[in-house]
Amino acid sequence: MRPVTGMAALVMLPEVSMAFDVERIREDFPVLRQQVHGRPLVYLDNAATSQKPKLVVETMEQYYLTENSNVHRGIHLLSEQATEAFEGARGKVARFLNARDAREIIFVRGATEGINLVAHSFARPLLSVGDEILISEMEHHSNIVPWQMVCEETGAVLRVAPINDDGELRLDEYARLLGPRTRLVSMTHVSNALGTINPVQQVIKLAHERGVPVLIDGAQAAPHLPVDVRALDCDFYVCSGHKLFGPTGIGIVFGKAHHLEAMPPYQGGGDMILSVTFEKTIYNEAPIKFEAGTPHIAGAIGLGSAIDYVGSIGLDRIAAYEGELLAYATDAISAIPGLRIIGTAKEKASILSFVLDDVHAHDIGTILDQEGIAIRTGHHCAQPVLKRFGVPATARASLAFYNTRDEIDALVKAIHKVTEMFG
Amino acid sequence: MSDLRELYQEVILDHNKRPRNFQKLEGANRVADGYNPLCGDQIRVYLFVEDHVIKDIAFHGSGCAISKASASMMTAIVKGKTTAEAEGLFETFHKMVTADLSAAPDPLVVGKLAAFAGVREFPVRVKCATLPWHTLHAALEGKEQIASTE
Ligand SMILES: Cc1ncc(COP(=O)(O)O)c(C=O)c1O
Repeated sequence: MRPVTGMAALVMLPEVSMAFDVERIREDFPVLRQQVHGRPLVYLDNAATSQKPKLVVETMEQYYLTENSNVHRGIHLLSEQATEAFEGARGKVARFLNARDAREIIFVRGATEGINLVAHSFARPLLSVGDEILISEMEHHSNIVPWQMVCEETGAVLRVAPINDDGELRLDEYARLLGPRTRLVSMTHVSNALGTINPVQQVIKLAHERGVPVLIDGAQAAPHLPVDVRALDCDFYVCSGHKLFGPTGIGIVFGKAHHLEAMPPYQGGGDMILSVTFEKTIYNEAPIKFEAGTPHIAGAIGLGSAIDYVGSIGLDRIAAYEGELLAYATDAISAIPGLRIIGTAKEKASILSFVLDDVHAHDIGTILDQEGIAIRTGHHCAQPVLKRFGVPATARASLAFYNTRDEIDALVKAIHKVTEMFG
Repeated sequence: MSDLRELYQEVILDHNKRPRNFQKLEGANRVADGYNPLCGDQIRVYLFVEDHVIKDIAFHGSGCAISKASASMMTAIVKGKTTAEAEGLFETFHKMVTADLSAAPDPLVVGKLAAFAGVREFPVRVKCATLPWHTLHAALEGKEQIASTE
């Protein structure tokens, strides 16, 4: 443990942190126990990808060592077991998101593919010239580019709901932009660049009042807050396994059953069919209709155990702990002269984007790295929102439930080093 | 910290803080834009070339300390050189920062640019140092498109 420095010592530990044994939790993440450039690793790049608990790695290893087989195909025992484990993971995801039915869960590669699937199979057939898709100014490129692509193909138009100077969605403007030609709203639940938690409940309600379906990009929300797709009443919800303490290469699309039934397939191939002749092919039912080819079986199973792991801690407790850590970090870094936080929404997840007067984010990143601190610098795949704030790049510390106040203190100390060097 | 001092040498910090030839150049006859998609660094290099000699040079844009200092020192060193000499410097510089030690930089040739030798210990920063030179190269070739480090 590093000594507590500066004002940190004055902050009382509130109840949640006491009940939340972060040191115990860190033991589940062997990757955190290492030195980088001779310093203890401080991993604050969780929005890019999260670390994996032993449980996830061991589950996947176990699968490959003892159960590996293809799914939905064999009548032999291993195939049956693999299918059971794979479909079991689907069930875990359904419960995690509180979907009504596991058949509303499609496995994809990640949030990016999930959005592309909805763009291709849901939006494209609906769109004609002059129709509109509505997104927000704070979207990740993966929730911009697929829409630009379908717009180009169909003659539809992309509309963008603006945000205010704190990085909050302007709900009034959003409501105004919901028009008679709006065919779909696609919006992020939590902004990866700003940390803003969007009022998705209201976003969805306003859209539904006008009969407009809504896709929510939950890539950054699922690791931080409880998600209930039934309470939200969203039409689609996507997230990425690797940001949720699971493996890379696996992601989730939730889609309401009646949409999935009506939608054409995404890709063609094996598994997604019931019967094939050269004259006519009959498609399988959802969700298999959208899962052509051999899926990432181990990935889905690994994601299932990541969900088990998160569930064992509880997202409510995670959100409470991270909320405190974020408040602590926000206070500590805002006290640094010349530092400006980009994204000061009232409702925020544990993401801190900042810039320093006269020091480029890239230089901050290199110096912090030498101190063992991993952050992300750059445009975070969200160039339009950075442009909105007039900065080409920010430094971003994104926290997870295994981060500690000591690590925040190390971050603050290292930023002071940056300002000294460039002073 | 010692590694960091290798990277952020005094001369680099100085050129970052007070970049030389940091302006738009009226009457430039060659201009090129450079862009590093990884970090969003953007630079425009202006040249006034006459009889194969770089009579004047300036740059503008936004970037990290390494790219800004590299651009600043590049403009200082190539001003008055022939275009062939400038291209030769680019090659030497490139070798120096990419750790191609087959050609140890001749201090007489690279002069203050030797300060960038430390960049080779920071592979992700090599592109920051070379972006201005790629852009200069594009301007000399009179290419229309945006120079990129990719
Ligand atoms: C808000 C948001 N949406 C979508 C994505 C894309 O996720 P992936 O790259 O896992 O497909 C990201 C990843 O950074 C993100 O932050």
